[in-house]
Amino acid sequence: MSPRTRQLVELALEIAVPIGIVAVLWAWTAQSDTFYYPPLSDVFDRFADNWLFERVGSDVWPSLRRMFIGYFLAAAIAIVVGTALGSSRMLRRATAPIVEFLRSIPPPALLPFAIVVIGVGDDMKIFIIAFVCLWPVLLNTIDGINGIDPTLKDIARVYGISGRDRLLRMTLPAASPQIFAGLRLGLSLSIILMVISEMVASTNGIGFFVLQSQRSFAIPEMWSGILLLGILGYVLNLAFVIVERRVLAWHRGARASALG
Amino acid sequence: MATSAGAEISAGRRAPGWHRRVRDGSALLAPVAAVLVVLGLWELVVRAGVISETNIPPMTATVGELFSQLGEGDFWTAVGRTLEGWALGLGIAMVLGIPLGMLIGSSRWLFRAFRVPIEFLRPIPSVALIPLAVLIYGTGLESKVFLAAFASFWPMLIQTIYGVQDVDPVATDTAKSFGLSRLARVRHITLPSAVPYIATGVRISSAVSLILVVTAELVIGAAGLGREINTARSGGNLEVMYALILATGLLGYVLNLVTSAAERRVLRWHPSQREVAA
Repeated sequence: MSPRTRQLVELALEIAVPIGIVAVLWAWTAQSDTFYYPPLSDVFDRFADNWLFERVGSDVWPSLRRMFIGYFLAAAIAIVVGTALGSSRMLRRATAPIVEFLRSIPPPALLPFAIVVIGVGDDMKIFIIAFVCLWPVLLNTIDGINGIDPTLKDIARVYGISGRDRLLRMTLPAASPQIFAGLRLGLSLSIILMVISEMVASTNGIGFFVLQSQRSFAIPEMWSGILLLGILGYVLNLAFVIVERRVLAWHRGARASALG
Repeated sequence: MATSAGAEISAGRRAPGWHRRVRDGSALLAPVAAVLVVLGLWELVVRAGVISETNIPPMTATVGELFSQLGEGDFWTAVGRTLEGWALGLGIAMVLGIPLGMLIGSSRWLFRAFRVPIEFLRPIPSVALIPLAVLIYGTGLESKVFLAAFASFWPMLIQTIYGVQDVDPVATDTAKSFGLSRLARVRHITLPSAVPYIATGVRISSAVSLILVVTAELVIGAAGLGREINTARSGGNLEVMYALILATGLLGYVLNLVTSAAERRVLRWHPSQREVAA
């Protein structure tokens, strides 16, 4: 098989298999009378009813707003603190047990704490999202800065580069592949925490909608919410990959990764 | 670490024992001191009234409550329930994820065919499935395990796929030219080179599994630490609530240590671990 046909076949597979899966599900659920798995066409109908674009303002936007505020807050704090901790061996050692402990707390266990201390409003949700996204970014920043090639550091010293230039032109770029790895983990966590925080205490949001639909036995609505969350996760991940590729275009490792 | 360990060995003859002891001592001292400082600050901030005692009880009261919880049977039952869900979730994810990952990773066609479905399913927050799990499995152990297994399956699968794809082609070709069968190649080449990736997958999945188990306990009220935390909160029993949150964190910490230690043990032969072991 020539490389060209091979490529074409692979591309065809990549397009055909997902379509095939949807088609099978469609056919399989079409005659279904089980309550929990409604026909796919119903789910799509409800999806169009609810999410295009009836509830975008009332549920999707509040959810996304909280998620992004929390996420960017966490990223900013984590990169600043991580840079400080990564540059000092003593600080790193001293804070290691605290960081390890806080990071090990399963995030939902902090929800009751956040509700008691902050209340049930937007602030609580933003706090919980930020708190959880913080750790992967922080740890990766520390590792990234800690792992900078010593030759690079020596060169910076030999050429007398220091202060701002050293930070912006040497330290942060050299650590950026790892920082991005952390940011990516943080992004998927932020969606998860967005949903959990809305399921526990909320009056709007996608997570609230999904749980509410289940409680009122509106199963196609519930599925449409799950579908939306899947699409959201996929799109955010895709957007992140595009940004990462652009920022890290110089980094070979980013291109070598096969699974996007 | 590698360089400092090397320096230590080369300087071993000259540097007397006390030198290293002092360094080990200060290495241990800094973290201990930092933990004490944080605990002290907690006590101080609450006692001084910066944070109201109705929001956060003082550290001594909370830690005291934690110790008295440690003596209670109910507490250990809850820990057992949580661990049960964690182990089953992680186990199922491994049993399904590793073989499937090896299968998909070793075939270009399969990989291309399933790339989009995997990429679509993977970022679905597993918590979105909580309502579904409640409908289908109720509010007991099955729901917990279903959610934990679903969530920890993806890191397992993807790490295995990466690992299998990262096998050195020269090694595979060498094995082929020596006439090793497909099965022998999997056993002697693919599996060993994929193991570090799989081990990382296990570590990630273990954390994810615990998170989902606690979430399920909190949100749908399955028995375990999460439910106890929620009960303590709604009962206004803040000391118990904070003590249990601390206990959950400690549990996560211990599980982290265990999986990392297991990883080091399994991978003793692997270059990435040698410096750590040294």
